[in-house]
Amino acid sequence: MTMRVNFTVNGRPQEADDVWEGESLLYVLRERLGLPGSKNACEQGECGSCTVRLDGVPVCSCLVAAGQAEGREVVTVEGLADYAKQRAEHGGCASGACGTSIDSAKKWEAKPQDSQTGEGVELSPIQQAFIDAGAVQCGFCTPGLLVAADEMLERNPSPTDADIREALSGNLCRCTGYEKILDAVRLAAARQERQGEAV
Amino acid sequence: MDFLRPASWEEALAAKAEHPTAVPIAGGTDVMVEINFDHRRPEYLLDLNRIELLREWEVGEENVRLGASVPYTQIMENLRAELPGLALASHTVASPQIRNRGGVGGNLGTASPAGDAHPALLAAGAEVEVESVRGSRFIPIDEFYTGVKRNALQPDELIKTVHVKKADGPQQYSKVGTRNAMVIAVCAFGLALHPETRTVRTGIGSAAPTPIRAKEAESFLNAALEEGGFWDNGKIITPSIAKQFADLCSGAANPIDDVRGTAKYRRHAVGIMARRQLGWTWEQYRGTGRPLEGAA
Ligand SMILES: Cc1cc2nc3c(=O)[nH]c(=O)nc-3n(C[C@H](O)[C@H](O)[C@H](O)COP(=O)(O)OP(=O)(O)OC[C@H]3O[C@@H](n4cnc5c(N)ncnc54)[C@H](O)[C@@H]3O)c2cc1C
Ligand code: FES
Ligand code: FES
Repeated sequence: MTMRVNFTVNGRPQEADDVWEGESLLYVLRERLGLPGSKNACEQGECGSCTVRLDGVPVCSCLVAAGQAEGREVVTVEGLADYAKQRAEHGGCASGACGTSIDSAKKWEAKPQDSQTGEGVELSPIQQAFIDAGAVQCGFCTPGLLVAADEMLERNPSPTDADIREALSGNLCRCTGYEKILDAVRLAAARQERQGEAV
Repeated sequence: MDFLRPASWEEALAAKAEHPTAVPIAGGTDVMVEINFDHRRPEYLLDLNRIELLREWEVGEENVRLGASVPYTQIMENLRAELPGLALASHTVASPQIRNRGGVGGNLGTASPAGDAHPALLAAGAEVEVESVRGSRFIPIDEFYTGVKRNALQPDELIKTVHVKKADGPQQYSKVGTRNAMVIAVCAFGLALHPETRTVRTGIGSAAPTPIRAKEAESFLNAALEEGGFWDNGKIITPSIAKQFADLCSGAANPIDDVRGTAKYRRHAVGIMARRQLGWTWEQYRGTGRPLEGAA
């Protein structure tokens, strides 16, 4: 038997069909909605590369049963730039008025703005900071780290190093040795603070 | 497979009565791992996420009534004063993502000897309120664990609330593992001082087929503290009492050799944790907790 799941993904209502009852939210996002940003590495909650926000809370999407997402709001890395923008401008999203459509989410690519031409997709501050700090190597861990780090900065705008380590303790990276990732989060926090002062 | 999504507690009980083989799923942090790896193919999944009352807690006179699905994150953030041992234990579970989903109901459901809530619940004192369409009953935490990954639930029952005694004195929790995050305990220990009843309670994890209390160690320490007038005079517990307590805690353990550690190491580590926690909690009691301190 299969079922249909209705939920909100990156601010837009979505419907997934033919969902098997034991399927994970991660599988639905990747295979049924075509959003491969959330990564599948361990399927057992160990690596955090599948991290998404479920009603605002960071969770391993590999451990959420698809049916448990019914009626709830999911934010994936593909919608992070818009999510951060809405948060900065309006303190959140008035439902339906913003969000990232499934088509643009599918096509989403991390193209930082070109400083010469100003072209490219706008990135969330944490995404820009990862690029600027050189915190991405193979990139497999990056989506999960971005979602987790962005949520921490939302909760805790001036994190200590211990706060950052704690918030990212559920995300494994096999390449970077974490130092550059910590740099990136510190950079995003510092920029956020500066912006806060300017306002 | 069928996915059952009861909207209320009554519906959930009815569904469990109709399908006793249904596997409840709360945070899914145990259940989904088993499904993802094909270790389990239940006929029915019974989703508990829509049941509000399972996510609520209430601080009463003597107990905290903790809904089965209250995630560890909420316990850490909101119940540190009332349930210090459980809050400490919660903080050692896995990672933020897991703590945002998993909770004590799931820990009790799985009843793994390594579950971090268990030693804290045993030390604090708790009762598990379970319910079915037949009615409800309270299971003392000491009687809840019946074997390796087995508990006292009947097939038609669900865990509703865990009634945990509010702390009346200092509590501690620690576990041995290879790193700070994402570690299943090699072994774990929890200790609670109960100045009101002048008793001490313990909980040991990952060092026996089920989570256990070190009852002989407790009785010994209770008697020694009483005899020496320690609860009143607040003196430092003598090294020989602490050592005997630690040895009895080690002796209560009945561990196995496995990939995470040897039985010998586990027994040793339980003793070390017991002695240290007794030191820490007693210092705290001497510092702040003594009722007669400073009285004219
Ligand atoms: C990466 C990772 C690391 C982990 N690390 C730790 C750790 O350090 N310490 C630790 O203790 N655990 C750890 N766990 C295990 C798990 O997170 C805990 O056992 C958690 O408490 C389970 O809660 P849950 O709500 O997710 O349970 P679920 O997976 O939803 O359910 C677990 C079991 O309980 C049953 N159940 C759930 N709710 C009820 C109810 N109300 N009534 C009756 N039965 C019910 C389910 O049917 C199932 O058998 C880890 C898991 C993962 C994936
Ligand atoms: S894939 Fe979900 S935590 Fe690794
Ligand atoms: S950059 Fe490769 S795993 Fe982190």
